[in-house]
Amino acid sequence: MVTQIKTVKELPREELFAPGHRLCAGCGVPVLVRMVLKAIPNAVIVNATGCLEVATTIFPYTSWRVPWVHNAFENAAATAAGIEAAFRILEKKRGIKRPKVVAFGGDGGTFDIGIQALSGALERGHDMLYICYDNEAYMNTGIQRSGATPRGAATTTSPAGKVIPGKLERKKNLIEIAVAHGIKYAATLNPAYPVDMYNKIVKAASVEGPTLLHYFCPCPTGWRSDVDKSIEIARLAVLTRVWPLYENDNGVYRITVPVKTPRPVEEYLKMQGRFRHLLAPENKWLLDQLKQDIEENWNRLLKLVELSQKSS
Amino acid sequence: MSSLLSWRDLGIGCVISEPGNSVQYKTGDWRAHRPVIDQTKCIKCLLCWVYCPEPAITRHNDDRVEINYDYCKGCGICANECPVKAIKMVSEGV
Amino acid sequence: MAVGVQVGRQTRVGMSGNEAVAYAVKQSNVDVVAAYPITPQTIIVERIAEYVNNGELNAACVAVESEHSALSACIGASLTGARVFTATSSQGLALMWEILWIASAMRTPIVMALANRALSAPINIHCSHDDAYAVRDAGWIQFFAEDVQEAYDLTIQAFRIAEDERVLFPVIVNLDGFILSHGVEALYVLDDESVNAFLPPRKPINTIDVEKPMTYGPLVLYDYYMEFKRAQAEAFNNSYPAILGILQEYSKLSGRNYAPIKTYGMEDAEAALVVLGSSAGTARFVARRLREQGKKVGVVSLTLYRPFPRDELARVLRRVKSVVVMDRSYSFGSPGAQLFMDVASALYDEKERPLLVNAVYGLGGRDFTAEQAEMAFRIALETARSGEVKERQVWLGVR
Repeated sequence: MVTQIKTVKELPREELFAPGHRLCAGCGVPVLVRMVLKAIPNAVIVNATGCLEVATTIFPYTSWRVPWVHNAFENAAATAAGIEAAFRILEKKRGIKRPKVVAFGGDGGTFDIGIQALSGALERGHDMLYICYDNEAYMNTGIQRSGATPRGAATTTSPAGKVIPGKLERKKNLIEIAVAHGIKYAATLNPAYPVDMYNKIVKAASVEGPTLLHYFCPCPTGWRSDVDKSIEIARLAVLTRVWPLYENDNGVYRITVPVKTPRPVEEYLKMQGRFRHLLAPENKWLLDQLKQDIEENWNRLLKLVELSQKSS
Repeated sequence: MSSLLSWRDLGIGCVISEPGNSVQYKTGDWRAHRPVIDQTKCIKCLLCWVYCPEPAITRHNDDRVEINYDYCKGCGICANECPVKAIKMVSEGV
Repeated sequence: MAVGVQVGRQTRVGMSGNEAVAYAVKQSNVDVVAAYPITPQTIIVERIAEYVNNGELNAACVAVESEHSALSACIGASLTGARVFTATSSQGLALMWEILWIASAMRTPIVMALANRALSAPINIHCSHDDAYAVRDAGWIQFFAEDVQEAYDLTIQAFRIAEDERVLFPVIVNLDGFILSHGVEALYVLDDESVNAFLPPRKPINTIDVEKPMTYGPLVLYDYYMEFKRAQAEAFNNSYPAILGILQEYSKLSGRNYAPIKTYGMEDAEAALVVLGSSAGTARFVARRLREQGKKVGVVSLTLYRPFPRDELARVLRRVKSVVVMDRSYSFGSPGAQLFMDVASALYDEKERPLLVNAVYGLGGRDFTAEQAEMAFRIALETARSGEVKERQVWLGVR
């Protein structure tokens, strides 16, 4: 039975993620991990190479109190698929109890190098939850652009130069890619909305089959933001419609945190060094394109909500 | 390097068999500022506990919260998010 | 049940190498098969899928979207304690390359059939040993089958070896692409009871268990990386006696002799060929003819390629005057092709050692003919006679 909560007071107390890890101060990913392990205590974790993997399992230490597997960078979904398929057959043959397989990948491991393995796993229908913690660049190798880097953002491979002021291309839409596989549940997450996040994790884990969650992962190091502002920035991402909180439940889109009147995007951008150059008058053209992306995404989402709810 | 294990003492396949043993690795010395909770102001909303990335905030049975300075890296998210400003960041000094 | 002629507890059947491997996998009661189609391996996974879909084998077939994912899924599956199999060739193995090392270091006992095929470019689907050689350093045990019978027998033995607690390494069974993978030969297959007795269910260690959580594949930095590699190296080398014991046990069970190397005429040979895979038969056929003419020639073929049977090889080769090492591959810029370098290294410490010549042959499925074998023997005999290596490396059968 899916247990949804109304306040954070109802969150399970048990911590299956231990302190003593080496993630940066103010990192957004542990909030997600703690929530996932509270929601799915019988999880087997597969972790793609990335910040979360390297900072939490530096031998001889591990921060994980659940089974945790790292194989390589681009193959978290395939590794998870193998574990899932094996437990399914071992359950049949030897009555071994089947855990819930959960894969974590960063945006590099998910949007880019791992997209093939992810697509294959989603298509084959494994009973697994795939979670992308998206900090919008290759942070583990030192902040290089990824397919998840938003337009305009400066990274070390899309620097804010005099001629090219940051990344010129828009961000991929991961949820729509996942939904195109016909999976039963996909949703966006944001750490500033922990109840919404927890409930979506519980829901995704309760589905038999592949599901995907896409998490907004603040990264003070890569975004050049103040370490104490990670949650504040995350909240602004929702309130500016940069990061809409929504789900696709059995084909039906629903916005879970409505934003009637968005706050100006500049409020979000000015808190982060990666965007600050966009506020200079000479880069207004790129800022306008980013704003257009945000507006188009939001309007498209509204249409998807309307269309899918009408036809359901 | 004398306290480190020899190859003869390692388990098969690089497995770490002691779950959550990173608690042995204290990250408290990363901190430049320490969060201090004013328990008289605290309304037990638990948001600091939820948002702590370590986790270095203990949630007691009565939902009272306490900072664990062994691990707190001093990011200050708790102070920034506290709705009643019950947490102050205090410099650790040099 | 295999349809064929019953001979004791075994049945004589006709199968291609791929079919024989698939049948061995079925008899091995595998749990998970993750593979991606590639010529000339494909028939193996097709047959296994048929066994599963017809209810003859209770296993999960994970029809992954690439070889990279195939081996990745195999590692995940193996960590659960399941018996795991995959198969590939050439480009597929190259795509797996990154993951091969991980499978070995994580000590996951996966069995792989490798239908040997030349690496591109130019693209080709036929036999070379480039693929097997290219992963020789990855920490996988490797066998080479000489015929379909061996492909079958070695597959069953591979599971037993890989899963043995003294071993715990993944194993590759090489079978020459098309020559063995598609060539139909008569072979004996064991009855299911004999296979079950020889290969009981896997007794895994350190499996994924929610009740006993472990961390698999952590980050290991300069303080421990070298210790882990040392431990892995030691374990790999120490697997040798276990491999020998299992080969002997299977020899007894099957009545077919398995050992790291096979020799022909080596009691008195002055000139010899060292070969891998299906070429051994051709080499022996020609050696027999030459011996009938009074020429003292012999053949050494390697069943076990990794760990390299250095001592056995040195023992049979050190008193030979000249040896031609046959390589179905070419190693660019190296002192010789891959097997040649291994053989040369194995002999270096010997007080007496033969003169060595390297012959590159059979690339991309070029037939290894009796004429080529005879040419190789003549080079060896001439080198033995003159006491002088004329050409260190020769190409056979090339225009």
